[in-house]
Amino acid sequence: MGAGHAHRLYRHGRSPVHALPPHTKLTAVFCFVVVVVSTPREAMWAFAAYALLLAAVAYAARVPPLFWLKRLLIEVPFVAFALLLPFVAEGGRTDVLGMSLSVHGLWGAWNVLAKGTLGVAASVLLAATTDLRELLLGLQRLRLPPLLVQIASFMIRYGDVVTDEMRRMKIARESRGFEARGVRHWGVLAKSAGALFIRSYERGERVHLAMVSRGYAGSMPVIDDVTASRAQWTGALALPLSALAVCLLGWTLS
Amino acid sequence: MHVPDGFINAPVSLAAGAVAAGAVAVSLRGARRELGGTSRSSAAESGGERTAPLAGLVAAFIFAVQMLNFPVAAGTSGHLLGGALAAILVGPFTGVLCVSVVLLMQGLLFADGGLTALGVNITVMAVVTTVVAYAIFRGLAKVLPRGRRSVTAAAFTAALVSVPAAAAAFTLVYAIGGTTEVSIGKVATAMIGVHVLIGVGEAAITALTVGAVIAVRPDLVHGARGLTAPLKLRVGGELVDAPAAPGAGAAAPLPAAAARSHRKLWAAGLVASLVLAGFVSFYASQEPDGLEKVAHDKGFDKGEKEHGAADSPLADYGVKDITDARLSGGLAGVIGVGVTVVAGSAVFWAVRRRRDGEGPDAVEAGPASTAVDTASAPTATAPTATAPTGSAPTTSTPTSSATKPAENA
Amino acid sequence: MDPVVTPVPPAAPASLEVAGLAYAYPDGHQALFGVDLRIDRGERVALLGPNGAGKTTLVLHLNGILTAGAGTVTVAGLPVGKRHMAEIRRKVGIVFQDPDDQLFMPTVREDVAFGPAAAGMRGPELEARVRKALGQVGMAEYADRPPHHLSFGQRRRVAVATVLAMEPEILVLDEPSSNLDPASRRELADILRSLDVTVLMVTHDLPYALELCPRALVLSEGVIAADGPTGDLLADENLMSSHRLELPFGFDPKSVRGAA
Repeated sequence: MGAGHAHRLYRHGRSPVHALPPHTKLTAVFCFVVVVVSTPREAMWAFAAYALLLAAVAYAARVPPLFWLKRLLIEVPFVAFALLLPFVAEGGRTDVLGMSLSVHGLWGAWNVLAKGTLGVAASVLLAATTDLRELLLGLQRLRLPPLLVQIASFMIRYGDVVTDEMRRMKIARESRGFEARGVRHWGVLAKSAGALFIRSYERGERVHLAMVSRGYAGSMPVIDDVTASRAQWTGALALPLSALAVCLLGWTLS
Repeated sequence: MHVPDGFINAPVSLAAGAVAAGAVAVSLRGARRELGGTSRSSAAESGGERTAPLAGLVAAFIFAVQMLNFPVAAGTSGHLLGGALAAILVGPFTGVLCVSVVLLMQGLLFADGGLTALGVNITVMAVVTTVVAYAIFRGLAKVLPRGRRSVTAAAFTAALVSVPAAAAAFTLVYAIGGTTEVSIGKVATAMIGVHVLIGVGEAAITALTVGAVIAVRPDLVHGARGLTAPLKLRVGGELVDAPAAPGAGAAAPLPAAAARSHRKLWAAGLVASLVLAGFVSFYASQEPDGLEKVAHDKGFDKGEKEHGAADSPLADYGVKDITDARLSGGLAGVIGVGVTVVAGSAVFWAVRRRRDGEGPDAVEAGPASTAVDTASAPTATAPTATAPTGSAPTTSTPTSSATKPAENA
Repeated sequence: MDPVVTPVPPAAPASLEVAGLAYAYPDGHQALFGVDLRIDRGERVALLGPNGAGKTTLVLHLNGILTAGAGTVTVAGLPVGKRHMAEIRRKVGIVFQDPDDQLFMPTVREDVAFGPAAAGMRGPELEARVRKALGQVGMAEYADRPPHHLSFGQRRRVAVATVLAMEPEILVLDEPSSNLDPASRRELADILRSLDVTVLMVTHDLPYALELCPRALVLSEGVIAADGPTGDLLADENLMSSHRLELPFGFDPKSVRGAA
């Protein structure tokens, strides 16, 4: 699941990609991924074209390739799953290096790998070039229910605080000579989790008090809003539009 | 369990997205009610304005607790998925919201789970898990005698079933929109089999955690309201029973009365369907179907590794045939019962709410029936998919009736 | 000649007036047993008391989060109650003990803007208000930082700014010196001294009370047990010990008299 701290995902920069309003970027990434997913898997060259498009964006955003590749590791479980597909899928079989593999399975594995990787790569680029707060503003601008945006905002604000409490509890356990080694120790860990829940919930109550004390009456005031010019929209949508062209070409050629 | 892009085809992803959006919309309304007045701190403030900070903090908690490692043995460890825990601690609506927000943020920030698969992920992991867990938890809490031990037992069972139920839901989605043709029976067996094991871990941790919370702040366990001791007033140094506050009074005696009248019904129904499903599927799977036999003969299952409730990369999506086909069939049957119970309670609630004439409350059946909605869809494709599990017959009957309230909800 | 002798000018009602305030929690625990106090505009007053004396409960009554079981709370002439709640909450600025509870927005700037924005302020006016409040606590250059990237002392100062942005009639601080290192403590004291508002400081940090507040109240067992110049109260050993208030080792209030 969530590995590492949220703020390490963002790379501060002043590139044109960073400067785009967040909601245009969110829309662009989402449309891009939809286009990728709708591409016929037989059009292998199309996926290469998509990868090139993303690489161009990454270059423009000055995201170092190594950083980008490292973040791609998140999809390792799926690579493993995809590699199993040729062995278990149905349909006609073919022999590769002495192993009988399903043709369908091979296509399926390719499909999952190519589309999954492009999806992850696009999301990673989004997270690397968009600040957490901007991301929330973008979601708000895209008309996500305000309550949902608020919950997400609180989650991000307090994610670190709660994680930190959890870490301190771990240190406190270890300082008293406790180290969880097996199932027998689950009780103690679960007690920590329970305490963490109580602390989180009570903090939620205190935060609510603090909000009410400053005049909160059920709806968050919109303090910041983001707007995008036509040029910015064009810039952001260049990615999914060129991808769409590739996709359409893929459908007509295959 | 996070599904990446390209795993499920575009139309089904979109449909799942619509289901997820609907479930979240219903939960947004329901959560306002759930987070109304649980707190110790005065009743002066009430209603929906508490939702954002409380649900946000609970989401942060779920996010954090997913990073808490529970060592199993020999260097492997597992972690909590949290859906069942959220449902029991803060109620199904808030649970759905919190897990959905966690999934949304994981998708956007960590690229964990594809953006187009967000609908599938929310439907499977936030909605199905939470709703199944809550339905089973409440059902058991009504059947079992009152007390902390019962709450723990109910939490255990709820979490145990919720994980394979999510796996079953995923299989159903995969059956409709999977991009690779794999025998659905095989996917189901593997997914559900592995997730039963994961479910055992999830169940133990959830039960222990709920137990830990209930020992300190029983008022915070949403699913166990009405189990707390009556309030006392100190008048001149002596303890006197407090007159039941209107809010607390409504919560406590009502389920008690309802529980008595429905407890027998629940118990009988649960036991009967469990036995039936177990037996039927046990014998139904005596003859594994042709494809599976081929798989066994060709020895596909040899290459597959043993997985516990492990945190290893393969664990979440690992493919592992349970060697005893009968046993796996039986398990699938029991899970079928779980889904049945959910469907049944959804209908039951929907009908009762409507009869009570409480307009806004009628939506409470919403997420339950949405979950069932996805469950019912594959019954249509079942003939083509040649589903070998015995669960199909048991699920199909109630789901078809459950889709009706879902349409109006 | 006449106006000079008028004892209480009617134009300026007390910043805070509490009369006969009693309160029991819904669980039956009674925390306040008839609190009476009056704080005039521009005063800096310390509210002293041992743990569990009901200090925080009293604070939560000042802006109507808890509703009095008996008695009244009046802020600048306005009775605390449902009718004037928005106005009351703007006038009473509470700085809670844990700045992490207080700073709930993604950035410092948005957090400081929250209060005025909730009251309907927008645009350049809001922007100016935020800049002024952050300037008052010396945190202007941190406006766009997320709160969890700040040190504890900085977070406490921003918490004060979030409340100052509402331009309150009275600033209520709950344990302002807790968890601060000596430097942050002094910085906060300088800021509080520079502000031109009524301050009620709830604390059991007696030297800090003496340093900042000329007047002190002792809240004990749910009532005001003493009211007077801070130095005099701290020097009264009987009073101190009977209310579980202890000065730090080696601290002599007489030697620093007049510091405030």
